[in-house]
Amino acid sequence: MASSTMITIEVDNVSYTDDVEPRLLLVQYLRERLGKTGTLIGCDTTNCGACTVHLDGVSVKSCTMFAVQADGHRVTTIEGLARDGKLAPMQRAFHECHALQCGFCTPGMIMQSASLLDENPHPSEQEIRDGLEGNLCRCTGYQNIVAAVQAVAEGTVSSDSDETETAGVA
Amino acid sequence: MTTAEVGRARLRKEDAHLITGRSRYTDNITLPGMLHLAMVRSPFAHAKITSVDVAAAKSSPGVVAVLTGADVAAEQGSLPNAWPITPEQKAPAHPAIAVDEVAFAGEVVACIIARSAAAARDAVELVDVNYEELPVVLDLEEAAKDQVLAHPGLGTNKSATWVFDSGDAGTGKPIREALEGAEVLIERTFYQQRLIPSFMEPRSTVVDPTGEQITVWSATQIPHILRLMLALTLAIPESKVRVIAPDVGGGFGGKLQVTPEEAITVLAARHTGRPCKYTETRSESLMAAHHGRAQVQRLKLSATKEGIVTGLDVNLLADMGAYLGLVASGIPILGAFMYNSIYKFPAYRFECTNLFTNKAWTDAYRGAGRPEATFAIERMMDELAAELGLDPLQVRERNWIKHEEFPFTTVAGLEYDSGNYEAATAKALELFGYDALRAEQVRRRETNDPVQLGIGISTFTEMCGLAPSRVLGALNYAAGGWEHAQVRVLPTGNIEVVTGSSSHGQGHETAWSQLVADKLGVPFENVEVLHGDTQISQRGLDTYGSRSLTVGGMAVLAAADKVIEKAKVVAAHLMEASEDDIEFADGKFSVKGTDQSTALGEIALATFSAHNLPDGFEPNLDSDATFDPQNFSFPHGTHLAAIEVDTETGRVSIRKYVCVDDVGVVVNPLIVEGQVHGGLAQGIAQALYEEAVYDDAGTLVTGSFVDYLVPGAPDLPHYTTARTETPSTTNQLGAKGVGEAGTIASTPAIVNGVLDAVRHLGVKDIRMPCSPSRVWAALEEAKMTGGVR
Repeated sequence: MASSTMITIEVDNVSYTDDVEPRLLLVQYLRERLGKTGTLIGCDTTNCGACTVHLDGVSVKSCTMFAVQADGHRVTTIEGLARDGKLAPMQRAFHECHALQCGFCTPGMIMQSASLLDENPHPSEQEIRDGLEGNLCRCTGYQNIVAAVQAVAEGTVSSDSDETETAGVA
Repeated sequence: MTTAEVGRARLRKEDAHLITGRSRYTDNITLPGMLHLAMVRSPFAHAKITSVDVAAAKSSPGVVAVLTGADVAAEQGSLPNAWPITPEQKAPAHPAIAVDEVAFAGEVVACIIARSAAAARDAVELVDVNYEELPVVLDLEEAAKDQVLAHPGLGTNKSATWVFDSGDAGTGKPIREALEGAEVLIERTFYQQRLIPSFMEPRSTVVDPTGEQITVWSATQIPHILRLMLALTLAIPESKVRVIAPDVGGGFGGKLQVTPEEAITVLAARHTGRPCKYTETRSESLMAAHHGRAQVQRLKLSATKEGIVTGLDVNLLADMGAYLGLVASGIPILGAFMYNSIYKFPAYRFECTNLFTNKAWTDAYRGAGRPEATFAIERMMDELAAELGLDPLQVRERNWIKHEEFPFTTVAGLEYDSGNYEAATAKALELFGYDALRAEQVRRRETNDPVQLGIGISTFTEMCGLAPSRVLGALNYAAGGWEHAQVRVLPTGNIEVVTGSSSHGQGHETAWSQLVADKLGVPFENVEVLHGDTQISQRGLDTYGSRSLTVGGMAVLAAADKVIEKAKVVAAHLMEASEDDIEFADGKFSVKGTDQSTALGEIALATFSAHNLPDGFEPNLDSDATFDPQNFSFPHGTHLAAIEVDTETGRVSIRKYVCVDDVGVVVNPLIVEGQVHGGLAQGIAQALYEEAVYDDAGTLVTGSFVDYLVPGAPDLPHYTTARTETPSTTNQLGAKGVGEAGTIASTPAIVNGVLDAVRHLGVKDIRMPCSPSRVWAALEEAKMTGGVR
C-alpha cells in the first residue's frame, strides 16, 4: 500500500489536517473523508464537471487534483456556498429559473457558474455557454442554466431565500 | 377553486436539497462496515472462458472475497426479459456473472469485494482469466445472415420476428395493392445509430443484508419492478427485499433495467453478510449499461402524384445486443404503432426482426421506439415532397388527420382521442418566420453562398402514458400498466401523498402537491410527496414512457377523491346533516342551504381522536387508488429548425429552433418547459453528435466522454418553445405527457433541415450523427457523382 502524507486544507471555512495516500483524489477526500457528498463524480475523464469546487476562489475539477495538491489551500464546496443560512445568489437563481432537474450536475454547475461571473461579471449568452463547456447536463438542455447565470449577472434574482413563484423562464 | 394550483408555474420543492449539496444519491450512502465492489470485465466481445484464477486477487491487501460466475450460478437465475413478443422468442440465458462464455466487451467475469473501493480496483488487475476468442458479429445486416453467431448455442441470431399488417388486422387495406398500384414509390433505408443514455449519475447500488430484510438502494427508475425481479431471479421471497431509489441522477430509460451489477451486489452482500456498495465508473457505464436505438429501417412509401400517401411498408432490423434487456424486445413494437404518425395512411405493414450481436445490450432510451418511427416517417414525408417538388409542409397537411376528425382510429389500430395539428403548426410557422427564411434560402442558393440554409420540419404524435394493462397484455408484455397512489390525511390536516411512480428529475413532488392542493383545498406547502421506497410505496410500476402524470397523477387524484368521500361521511355526522346534503369545495365541507361548514383539518383531527364517529367508521381518512387508463394519450407538436450548413467544412449549426407542443392540460408550465428543453437536447444530440462506435473486434471506441459526445452548452441553441392545449379526453385532468416529446420530434427536424440545405447540391441522405466529416463527405460525393456545384 502506498505511503501517506499529512495535509492541512481549509474546506468551507473549517481547517482539516489528515493523513492521505498521495493517489487520493481531492473529490474522494472531500466525499469520503469529510462527508462533503454534495460534490459528485460523474465521469473519470474530467469531462462532466459534476465535481467542480472552488480552490482559493477559482473553480477546479476536484477529480483532476490529488488531495495532496490542495495542501495549504482553501476549498469551497456546494455545502459551503450558502452563508449564514442564506443561499448564494447562484443557488437561488438555479431554483428560480428551474435550471435543474435530476440535480446531479447541479452542484458542479453552480460552482462553475459562480466562478464564471467572478471572472466576467457581464457575459454574453455565448460567453456563458462557452464558460459552461466543461460541465455536462443531460436534463435541462442548458437553456435555463444560461438563464440562471444571466439572472445573477443582471441582478434579477430575488434578494431573499423565500419560496417565490415565477411567471416562467426563458 | 381558490387555490388553482394546476397550471401555475410553481418552483420545485425538490430543489432545496439539490442546490445545497444535501443530496441522497446512492453513492453518497455509507454504512458501517461497508465493503466495496469492483468488476472484472471481459476485454473481448466474444470468447470462451477457459479458466478464471482469482488466487492472487484474493490475497491482495484489503480484499475480502472474489466472486466468479461459478460461485453464484446456483443462486442467481438468468436476468429477466419481461416482454416475450412472440411465443417462439429465442434468448440466451443471461447470468449476472459470465460462466463459460462472454458475448460482449464489458461483460462481468468476476467481482472483487474489498474494504475500500481503491483496494477493490487494485485487485481487478490480479484476476487471471483465460479466454479463447470466438468470431464476432457486430453489424445488424450481417447478423441477419446467421453466418457468424453471437451465441453459437442458440443456432441463430434471430430472437423474434413480429408483424403487423393492416390488411390482416382489418384496420386498413392490404399493403401489396398500395405498393403495386403506386403512382409514386419512395424506398429508403435509414440507420438509427446506437446511442448511450448517458444519465449524469453513474449507476450505483448499495445493499444492506444485515436485517431480516435485504435493503437495496439503487440508482434505478424502477424500484418496484426491481424488487420483484430480484426476488424472482434470486429465489427469495419478495417480502424479504426492500428497494429504495433515493435521489436518482437521471435515467432517460437507461435505468429502466435489472442490471447484473445490482444482482451481483445483492449476492456479494449475502456472501459476506456485510453491506456492499458498487458504483460504476463512467467508462463502465458507457460500455456495459444498456444502449438505445440501434436499428436498420427499410421503408417503402407509396403515394399519388398529388402527394397523398397510399401505403407504408416498414421492415426493421433491431439490435438487441448480446442479451435481451428487461423490455428490449418490445421497444421496436412500441414504434410499430407510430410509423403512421399523424397521417391517414390507408395501408400499412410493419415487420421487425430482433437480432443478437456481440455488443452491449440495448433497451429503452428516451422515447423508446417512437423516436425511431417518427424519424423514419418524417424523413419519408420530406423525401416525398422533394420527389414531387412540393413544400414539405404541404405534403404533411394533405395527409394529416384534421381537427374535426377526432377521435380517429389509425391504420395501426390506435384510437387518437384528440389533437389539433393545424393549430400547433400555424403557431410554429408564425414564431419561426417560415416565409422569410424560405426567401433567404432561395437567395443563398442563387448566390452560391458557402453557408447554405435549410429548413427542417417535423410534425409528430406519440403514445404516452404506458398502460392500459389490457393493451400491454395483448402485446405479450408480462406486467400491467396501472399505477397506484395513496393519500394520507394526517391529524393536523397535512397531507402525505404516496406515489408508485418515482422521480428521477421530473418534479413529481411539486406537481403532485399541486394536484392534491387543488383537489383537497389545502395549501401546496402542506402536501408531502413520498416515493421511491417499496416499504413506503408498496405498489407501483414506476417511471418511464411519460406515464407519471397521465397514469400516476390520475391515481393520486382518484385517491384524493376517495378521501373526500370518506370525509363527507364524518362531516355529515359531526354537523348532524344528511350525507347527501354535504358539499365539498375549497377544503371545506358545508351543509347545503346553511352557513354550517367544517374544514378538512377539523375532520382529520376528529377522525384521529375517534371520539365521535359514525358507527362502524374506521378512524382514518386515508385512501388508496389504482388507476389503469382506458387508452394511451397522444401529445403532438410541430417542430421547425433553421439549419446552416457550411459547405466548405461540413459544419452544421442550428440558427433557430421553434417548437409548439400540445401536451394537453399542463399542471406546471415550468416543469413542462424544462422537460421540452432537455428532450430537445437529447434529440439534437442524436442528429448531430452522439454515436456508440465499436471497432471491428467489438471494442467500444466511444468508451469515455472524451469520445462519446454528449453536447455541452456551446453545442446547443436557444430554443423557442410554445404550446397549444387540446385536452386529452381519456383522463380527468386532460393531460397527455411531455417527457419524450422534444427528443422524438427534434431528431428528424434537424436532419431534414441539414438535407434541405444541401439537397440542391445533389446530396440525397446523410447518416446520423451529421458530423462535419459526414456532411463534408456527402457533399464531396455529390460533386463526384455529378452534383450541381
